[in-house]
Amino acid sequence: MARLLEVRGLTAFYGETQALFGIDFDLEEGGITALLGANGAGKTTTLRALCGAVKMRGSVRFADQAIEGRATEDIARMGVAHVPDGRGTFSALTVEENLKLGAYTRRDRAGVAADMKRMYARFPRLKERRAQQAGTLSGGEQQMLAISRALMLRPRLLLLDEPSFGLAPLMVGEIFAILGEINREEGVSMLLVEQNASLALELAGHAYLLETGAIALSGPSAALRRDETVRKAYLGY
Amino acid sequence: MEALIQQVVAGLANGGIYASMGLALVMIYQSTHHINFAQGEMAMFSTFIAWALLQAGWPYWGAFGATVLISFAGGLAIQRIILKPVEKAPVLTNVIVFIGLLVIFNSLAGWIFDHTIKPFPSPFPKFTGAGKLISGHDLGSIAVMLVVLALLYSFLRFTPAGLAMRAAAQNPESARLVGIRVSWMLGVGWGLSAAIGAVAGMMVAPVVYLDPNMMGGILLYGFAAALLGGIDNPWGAVIGGFIVGVLENLLGAYVIGTELKLTVALVLIVTILTIKPNGLFGKAVVTRV
Ligand SMILES: Nc1ncnc2c1ncn2[C@@H]1O[C@H](COP(=O)(O)OP(=O)(O)O)[C@@H](O)[C@H]1O
Ligand SMILES: [Mg+2]
Repeated sequence: MARLLEVRGLTAFYGETQALFGIDFDLEEGGITALLGANGAGKTTTLRALCGAVKMRGSVRFADQAIEGRATEDIARMGVAHVPDGRGTFSALTVEENLKLGAYTRRDRAGVAADMKRMYARFPRLKERRAQQAGTLSGGEQQMLAISRALMLRPRLLLLDEPSFGLAPLMVGEIFAILGEINREEGVSMLLVEQNASLALELAGHAYLLETGAIALSGPSAALRRDETVRKAYLGY
Repeated sequence: MEALIQQVVAGLANGGIYASMGLALVMIYQSTHHINFAQGEMAMFSTFIAWALLQAGWPYWGAFGATVLISFAGGLAIQRIILKPVEKAPVLTNVIVFIGLLVIFNSLAGWIFDHTIKPFPSPFPKFTGAGKLISGHDLGSIAVMLVVLALLYSFLRFTPAGLAMRAAAQNPESARLVGIRVSWMLGVGWGLSAAIGAVAGMMVAPVVYLDPNMMGGILLYGFAAALLGGIDNPWGAVIGGFIVGVLENLLGAYVIGTELKLTVALVLIVTILTIKPNGLFGKAVVTRV
């Protein structure tokens, strides 16, 4: 499989404070890669750095093009969709307007309309609430909306920042099942950031473990699941 | 009774002007959280451009359209060239830039066009029916302002670019993530504000006459309108503008006399800021977490 994303020596800063200390990782086209780590490890910062939303250094290659230093909106236009920390919903706009915004950079009207239908088919609850202000949705519905909005870009790479955060277990199961489906059926590659390691290791084929801004461990998910330290610190058995 | 109707119509005509200035302020406030103190002087300068075109022999509506376009381009250019470099700077830096713009436009207008008060034509017939009680300019001005508001509403509500502008104002980070060029959206917002201000200037100039200080008091009323409606709500500012206009005229005619009208605006601003800081229609977004 081809390499879709190649990150080398990635560092990131908030003002003078350094949050990432030279991270290397790769992501195969069509796969799901997980980025695990405790709260404050630097997972969100990594995604922000990839999108050019935080001061960073190092090299980031996406689809064989250097994207470090580019503007966030240009990186989005190259096919990197981001479901950010806190979901990033346009809360005063309607569900339908949120979806339209996801496809803002696309010019194929027919394709956009068809994708909108597919989103509604996948998430019937969004269809019911299409004319409602997004801010009035439940947490799970908002997460569905954030994922749908990101998919409306027709991305090659989907960045997901803790899609399980704050949701009931049943809802989490539903959302993770759909993410797996989207990956298999549409071939969208995903970089999945999670604190919930057991969940993420089930979905992802490959995983990296982040500790205080550096990669502590990496490998196929199956291997990480067997690893003593991962089991004790992140899986709890 | 007829006098009352006349006062109300005149109030609505003024209100349309205040509504437009309020709307222009809100358009920029929404996306930047800054009050553009130079909004009035920009409108004044636009009106001088229209005046110069008319002097050069342009037909009224030709000069009107050209002025709107030039003002849009000028507003866009000001944001791109002057405001963009200070986008991330502290509030005070921006305030200083706004005051700088205000002074520059004021003195530039005085220098180019001098300070003598000039008459500015109205495109509307002097009087219409109803016992000549209602001025043709007042009615025409109300109509023009309503058309401007309808156009702006349609743009924001029904076009992809309008949707992108609303998204960029509400949540710039997420807007960037879907590929919206947020900084350019701010520029378009400045262009639209300048264009709306230009229309307001051209509609008010036949009444107050054209000179470099023409918009000073009017911007204050626009500010009162925006605060009354809710500084983050464009349609609140519009309603606020009409309320302020009618209130000002009725109070001026029947209660306090015309000399104190500007004081009314100031008292209104202070009162709103104390009692209802979010205005009548301020933020009503429901959020659930
Ligand atoms: N906006 C910010 N300003 C300053 N420091 C921040 C900011 N956001 C995150 N940090 C710091 O960067 C580090 C990594 O945070 P983050 O990437 O959010 O971790 P995670 O997503 O893994 O929980 C933490 O030490 C955090 O305190
Ligand atoms: Mg995080």
